[in-house]
Amino acid sequence: MSRSPGFSRCMPAGAGTSCRKSLVRLKPGIPISDVQHDKLIKESVKHSEGSRMTAPQPQTGSRTGRRRGRRAESEAIISVQGIRKTFGDVTALKNIDLTVSKGTVLGLLGPNGAGKTTLVRILTTLLNPDGGQATIAGHDVVRDRTALRRIVGLAGQYAAVDENLTGRENLRMVGRLYHLERKQARRRADELLDRFGLLKAADRLVKTYSGGMRRRLDLAASLVVSPEVLFLDEPTTGLDPRSRTDLWDVINELVAEGTTLLLTTQYLEEADYLADKIAVIDHGKIIAQGTADELKRQIGGDVLELHVGDRARTDAAIEAIADLNVGEPHADATSGCITLTVTNGAQVLTQTIRALDAIDMPIADIALRRPSLDEVFLALTGHETAEQPAEEEE
Amino acid sequence: MTETELSRPSVKPADTSSIRQSLRWTISDIFVMTQRNLMRYIRLPQLLAFSTIQPVMFLLLFTYVFGGAINVSNMSYIDYLLPGILIQTVLFGSIQTGVGLAEDLSHGMVDRFRSLPMARSAVLAGRTLSDTVRNAFVVLLLAGVGYLIGFRPDNGLLPAIAALLLVVLLGLAFSWISATIGLTVRDAETAQVASQIWIFPLIFASSAFVPTETMPAALRTFTMINPVTFAADAVRALLQGGDVGASLPGTLAWIGGLLLVFVPFAVRRYRHSL
Repeated sequence: MSRSPGFSRCMPAGAGTSCRKSLVRLKPGIPISDVQHDKLIKESVKHSEGSRMTAPQPQTGSRTGRRRGRRAESEAIISVQGIRKTFGDVTALKNIDLTVSKGTVLGLLGPNGAGKTTLVRILTTLLNPDGGQATIAGHDVVRDRTALRRIVGLAGQYAAVDENLTGRENLRMVGRLYHLERKQARRRADELLDRFGLLKAADRLVKTYSGGMRRRLDLAASLVVSPEVLFLDEPTTGLDPRSRTDLWDVINELVAEGTTLLLTTQYLEEADYLADKIAVIDHGKIIAQGTADELKRQIGGDVLELHVGDRARTDAAIEAIADLNVGEPHADATSGCITLTVTNGAQVLTQTIRALDAIDMPIADIALRRPSLDEVFLALTGHETAEQPAEEEE
Repeated sequence: MTETELSRPSVKPADTSSIRQSLRWTISDIFVMTQRNLMRYIRLPQLLAFSTIQPVMFLLLFTYVFGGAINVSNMSYIDYLLPGILIQTVLFGSIQTGVGLAEDLSHGMVDRFRSLPMARSAVLAGRTLSDTVRNAFVVLLLAGVGYLIGFRPDNGLLPAIAALLLVVLLGLAFSWISATIGLTVRDAETAQVASQIWIFPLIFASSAFVPTETMPAALRTFTMINPVTFAADAVRALLQGGDVGASLPGTLAWIGGLLLVFVPFAVRRYRHSL
């Protein structure tokens, strides 16, 4: 199958391409056994900087191992049951049930106002739920707030860093507020600055940082004490594509090290790339859960995409395809791209080619692909991922 | 990235289970927050410059523009005026407490702090404390400028120190009112305006700048209960010698009362500022 520029015009904005899919498979896979992980967690707090507390780094990891291996053998670290929240008349969350296994990434996917932020704020103790129960590593989000705050990290929608401090000062301050000794806080700040590529800018005021640098610093701040569970609320919203991929790389490294991550996003591409499992949230309800592939399967089959050589005769092509009785073809008026959702892709592909040949229609491009998450979302919710009127914030 | 770069020590926060440890870290948290807030003035020196120029200007304008026309008994006008200017300065300075908190709220800093295992009280305590430090600095500076243009405390050093302390303490009490406002309106500019509108009349309808004898009866009644009047009279008496019997207990009562009401009020607002 060819891949002409015309093909990509068929894709919804932000939808995946096969290049991106191969990236998913290339995610660094460094499995950490749960026994080792538990041991790390149980290590009680010592003011000493223990090299023995360093996470073991296996030399190799199978590239696909991280997803499959870890999920199979690990238990739930985030468990949410029937969480509800209303703000005045607006119901932000209705009976949310969710579990996240240790060491995995859950992508909470939904449009603005779907309730993503509200859920993250509840799970990070910033907000009390109206009902239901949620625990993180066994700590109740309402009753065990203090214990919980010591094991979770949060990086919010806007980079919560002090503009009038330098990057280094910001991280030291957070370290001190996590109750690290001065020396330890200092060392940790330096490590993180190095890790996040901010060493050069470390002594510059944050107000001179670019958006991407701020996000990285914010993320670094949420990692000062190596949290067991990390919450990232729309970590790349508003970033340029380059900064976004940079941040994705960093997030992938963290996950490879065994951090459990709950990530909210409105970008399907991001959830597809970073998450092991995706929960689709809409109007305060989880409407679908599963791996990206499972979700894609839910709308049934593949998508056939076709560009005809003779745009003037697009209608004739559609008619010919419709006559095959394998599904209803749609044509995009601007791109001239014809799409068709099919269950037995390979067969339909040959049939289509034959049918078009029969009416002497040249084919500029034809391809069979998995549906994008945009299409999944549309199929699940009946509306596009456009902004919703519901308010998340009080 | 190499393996070494990836490896990171599993840093865990300190244990705060014992009361001693928890007290130690609470004090540390307040210190860290105070330091952070004061850094702002080091990083934005112009902010400190302008917030000092204004009261100095007030001092000079009042002394040289109104000074000649205003007659106060038993002291020079600068000696009468300076306590008033000091009080005005700390009251206006206290507005910054609410502004700063509103800024932190709207920029997500409060969310960050709230998600940390730090002492809950530290954000508010650090903010009011840093504003008190700044107020103390400006008060000392004003006293110095006042001295240059003829202000003379005639009652000895200790009462003078007590007078300045009283002014700073009054500022702290007002900082908590301002904190409550800032946490309620949650917007820096609104916090600024919402405090100015009542601080202005409070300062002018008092004995801060002129004796109250010539004011209309209704206004005079108000000045008699106004904390600014109590404080101005007490500070004047401490600096120049005089009876503090009525004004000092009144001032302390106001300070205590304001703290008693607005500290819990602000803390409540902070807890619920979601």
